[in-house]
Amino acid sequence: MAEAQNIPVGSTTAGSIAVAAESTVATRMSAPPSFDVGDFPVPHGREEEWRFTPLERLRGLHDGTAVATGDGVKVVVEAPEGVLVETVGRDDARLGRAGTPADRVAAQAYSSFDKASVVTVPKDTVLTEPIRIAVHGEGGVAYGHQVVELGAFAEAVVVIDHTGDALLAANVDYLLGDGAKLTVVSVQDWDDKAVHVAQHNALIGRDATFKSFVVTFGGDLVRLHPRVAYAGTGGEAELFGLYFTDKGQHQEHRLLVDHNTPHCKSNAVYKGALQGDDAHAVWIGDVLIQAAAEGTDTYEMNRNLVLTDGARVDSVPNLEIETGEIAGAGHASATGRFDDEQLFYLMSRGIPASEARRLVVRGFFAELVQQIGLPDVEERLLAKIETELEASV
Amino acid sequence: MATLEIRDLHVSVDTENGTKEILKGVDLTVKQGETHAIMGPNGSGKSTLAYSLAGHPKYTITSGTVTLDGEDVLEMSVDERARAGVFLAMQYPVEVPGVSVSNFLRTSATAIRGEAPKLRTWVKEVKSAMEQLQMDPAFAERNVNEGFSGGEKKRHEILQLELLKPKIAILDETDSGLDVDALRQVSEGINRVRENGEVGTLLVTHYTRILRYIKPDYVHVFSAGRIVESGGAELADKLESEGYASYTKGGASE
Ligand SMILES: Nc1ncnc2c1ncn2[C@@H]1O[C@H](COP(=O)(O)OP(=O)(O)OP(=O)(O)O)[C@@H](O)[C@H]1O
Ligand SMILES: [Mg+2]
Repeated sequence: MAEAQNIPVGSTTAGSIAVAAESTVATRMSAPPSFDVGDFPVPHGREEEWRFTPLERLRGLHDGTAVATGDGVKVVVEAPEGVLVETVGRDDARLGRAGTPADRVAAQAYSSFDKASVVTVPKDTVLTEPIRIAVHGEGGVAYGHQVVELGAFAEAVVVIDHTGDALLAANVDYLLGDGAKLTVVSVQDWDDKAVHVAQHNALIGRDATFKSFVVTFGGDLVRLHPRVAYAGTGGEAELFGLYFTDKGQHQEHRLLVDHNTPHCKSNAVYKGALQGDDAHAVWIGDVLIQAAAEGTDTYEMNRNLVLTDGARVDSVPNLEIETGEIAGAGHASATGRFDDEQLFYLMSRGIPASEARRLVVRGFFAELVQQIGLPDVEERLLAKIETELEASV
Repeated sequence: MATLEIRDLHVSVDTENGTKEILKGVDLTVKQGETHAIMGPNGSGKSTLAYSLAGHPKYTITSGTVTLDGEDVLEMSVDERARAGVFLAMQYPVEVPGVSVSNFLRTSATAIRGEAPKLRTWVKEVKSAMEQLQMDPAFAERNVNEGFSGGEKKRHEILQLELLKPKIAILDETDSGLDVDALRQVSEGINRVRENGEVGTLLVTHYTRILRYIKPDYVHVFSAGRIVESGGAELADKLESEGYASYTKGGASE
């Protein structure tokens, strides 16, 4: 079921459900996935995967001119006992197994990183404390690679926190063994000038559960590409996202869920609030149900709340079904406006304007924030939302 | 005793063809405990009066005064007016996605009362008010007015009236879109608030049927942006039998 309503001027909310013999998600890309940056032409901006992204603001990540500097990012991993934390070289066999770079910048990152970080939670290890990965930008240019691997029946929560200023392109691999449970919270709390482009690859083992929260507040340009594929039947992916796009920011989330295996589930819910001139949020939700993926159950939803004039949303859910033998498939996308009439209504009940706005935005995000299950992260997010709102009035 | 005084109020709106004057000199005094019915044909400016009193930004006051106990209402922001005791039950209540009714009611009661109501008594207060209005408790968890039927929206407005206990209640066509049962239940809600004698009520309506349940002390006929006749409850009977024809003749409503 597709729905679109109340779309602010200048925004698009498009959706499609295609029943196709051949995937168009794959053919829409300018080149097939590859680890080698040389396999991708330098984008011009009209390519399907780049058409929403202001290339000039990538500051050379896309055309090979951004050269890594010594003061790129500092990565600090804090892990509870029982977790193996390693820094490894380019040739380590554990890199790149969860997925292959799908666009030029991801391939550039894979071709350019120097050292990778590998975090391993051994088989049957159930963590009670989260693993915290702090990625702090020191103002330079960096290419990164991060691997998080859970052995069979291991359980872990990983919080990846991005702060500071950097020009960063990276790939992150999540490998889930059979029956493993991984929750990842990736917070993009960058300074105003930061540029962050990353591909997240999750490969979900048999009966394993992957839950991810992608939370984007900061940066000049953030473009994330979370991708999910299944290594066995019974896998489940819950992909939650929350973004607050301010004046001048470009925040782009491009999801791809590849149902390549029977009897797997996916559920994606991304919500964004926008405010200020030239705030631009892009959400692409590609869900592919391959011919072999019988019994698939999938749903994806994107909601946007536009708080002021001058902001723009492009929301494109895209569901491709190659088999009729599925349990369920659906998508929804809606962009609504917090308008003067709503503000008037709340104020006419004695609620001051700033609080009215807060009430609406908190309410809008509440269902997602509450699901994170980490009180310190939840509180920080709510506080962040308040700060962003105060900046607007 | 709370008194709302409207003096020679002129209000205009911006249209594509320039500004258009809608209210052309309204004079009215509403005291605590009184009920005034304002009746008039479609387009005569009733809602404009209601919204102007609440401070809707679409309407520009070009001249005249509105005071509540001597305080200049027109100087106040929308939320200040509400906290000063002015309540508007809207003809078309607005949907507010993402905000639950319970959260909305509590935030609003906190703002109006100046402190957060004690949770235990508050929950009871809301529950019993909803019961009296025959509102399903499930509404508390729904988003404000989202997907509510016309009648449900009106009940929700009166629920707020009961909880917020204003000094001056402006009820804009609260009766429209209600079936007979709903009209009775909503009227009973309004009467419960009136009976405590602390509210001055401005009942805006097109039809006389709500006046069977709510007895006005004064009836004013509104036409072409001003009050053209005032009287007691008997004036409503005259309107019932004769309609508005005698007031709108001669193109009075343009
Ligand atoms: N933006 C606008 N542009 C032009 N005319 C307007 C605008 N807003 C209101 N009006 C006009 O003002 C007049 C008064 O409208 P108002 O809604 O106050 O009437 P009303 O008495 O409440 O009518 P009803 O009984 O239909 O509710 C109408 O003629 C309406 O068309
Ligand atoms: Mg009206």
